[in-house]
Amino acid sequence: MSTPKPRPHIDTISQGFWDAAREGRLTVQRCDDCAHQHYPGTPVCPNCLSDKQSWAPVSGRGTLLSWVRFHRAYWDGFRDELPYNVILVGLEEGPLMLSNLIGAEPEALKIGDPLQVSFEAMDEATTLPKFRPA
Amino acid sequence: MSDFRKLKDRIAVVGVGNTSYGNFPHTDDYGLGAEAFRRAIADCGLDKNKVDGLGVCRLPYYARMGEILGLAPRWTVQFPPHGRMSAMAIIEAAAALEAGLCDYAALIYANIGRSRRVNYGGEESPGVWDPFGFTSPGAAHALMFQRHRALYGTTTRQLAEVSVAFRHHAGLNPDAVMKQPITIDDHEAARPITEPLRLLDYCLINDGAVCLILTTKERARDLKQQPVLISGFGAREAYRQSSIANFDLNFWYDEVRDVAAQTYGMAGVGPQDVDALMCYDNFSPTVLFSLEGLGFCGQGESGSFVEGGTLRLGGKLPTNTDGGHLSCSYMQGWALNVEAVRQIRGQCGERQVKDAEVVQFVAATPCSRSIIYTPG
Ligand SMILES: [Zn+2]
Repeated sequence: MSTPKPRPHIDTISQGFWDAAREGRLTVQRCDDCAHQHYPGTPVCPNCLSDKQSWAPVSGRGTLLSWVRFHRAYWDGFRDELPYNVILVGLEEGPLMLSNLIGAEPEALKIGDPLQVSFEAMDEATTLPKFRPA
Repeated sequence: MSDFRKLKDRIAVVGVGNTSYGNFPHTDDYGLGAEAFRRAIADCGLDKNKVDGLGVCRLPYYARMGEILGLAPRWTVQFPPHGRMSAMAIIEAAAALEAGLCDYAALIYANIGRSRRVNYGGEESPGVWDPFGFTSPGAAHALMFQRHRALYGTTTRQLAEVSVAFRHHAGLNPDAVMKQPITIDDHEAARPITEPLRLLDYCLINDGAVCLILTTKERARDLKQQPVLISGFGAREAYRQSSIANFDLNFWYDEVRDVAAQTYGMAGVGPQDVDALMCYDNFSPTVLFSLEGLGFCGQGESGSFVEGGTLRLGGKLPTNTDGGHLSCSYMQGWALNVEAVRQIRGQCGERQVKDAEVVQFVAATPCSRSIIYTPG
């Protein structure tokens, strides 16, 4: 039995992130009270426990912190793309994100190289923030 | 005012037992757990009805396990089925025994992942990074090792030293699942799973169960075996990056340093006194991270530290003398604690470390733990 690629799990917290991504904006959750920024979203601010938080746009700039290449398909939906890369990005604003590198192979980059977000539509409902060399 | 260090040399492991390891579709978690308990009881010679503390891990239901074993404890804890729980459970049991919450604690771990075809990734464990194809604890270790390579120049041939040493030990252990010797070149040629890690960097998935029985030092004197004392332990969590499970950007270095300071401080020994190390090894890179955090070498120096057979029997720091998760059995730290006890008792046959008097367990994970065992 074939399974499609997994979709984002969208709930009341993450909804804002995926809405912004569909509009081509990368956001992280920012605390309205202490300005702490983090990703993924949390029900309260990990720094001050405030429950007033918003999805705030970030620069989309980051650096390559690490990367791997999957040779095994844990979902059938990824089988055709093997071996595919996953990168760890350190956003300029602090939070870490996992994503995929597009427009280059990670072997050609060094850890610490600059990256820029680049949005890729999965379908009409979902757009994924990916990264390319800056 | 209490201090955990008062527990030094207060609690003893008095009985250990394990099933054979492999693929056992004819039984279940409880059947395996019961067999390990039966063997641990036989090992220490305790009347099983005196067991009044029960900790279970990766077993579905503590009460069913208690029913099967005919126990009526006054202390019960169920630990979640995560690899990092073994030393956490042993420390909890030690504190419960010291506080008098129970007199004899049995800790039982059973894993039937092989027969259940557990994958440890994909749909079994949904996560926030799934849309990018990222899943599985092995991939988190691959991310960390890739970064370690870039920062410190660690090589995959150095990483191979870990798998090669543990496989050598497995060849000396009748219980081990994988005994065929391997070389560094075999490691380099193995099938990539999540690059830069290959098949031989991944732990086994097999069925089996382990049981440890603990009591106070005083009660331990009346039992069959030489008591093995818990002389030191330490603990520190790293929850800040838990949305990337099993991952830390700095290899849990600060946390394991803290754990080391607590553990060595309590036991009154240092890394130079450790006769054998039992190192949680779900994936080979975590062994390198553990060695650095414990101070066997500086941060970034573990690659050269392990070169030339350092971790092998007869080497500077015999590590995972039973073969570890990589080659003996995926008993998630539990079997390594049993191996530590058997090394202190001198029951390890061909793989015995001569005069082993200080044996250390360590797990570098989001809940890092270490325990030092010494003869009672
Ligand atoms: Zn805040």
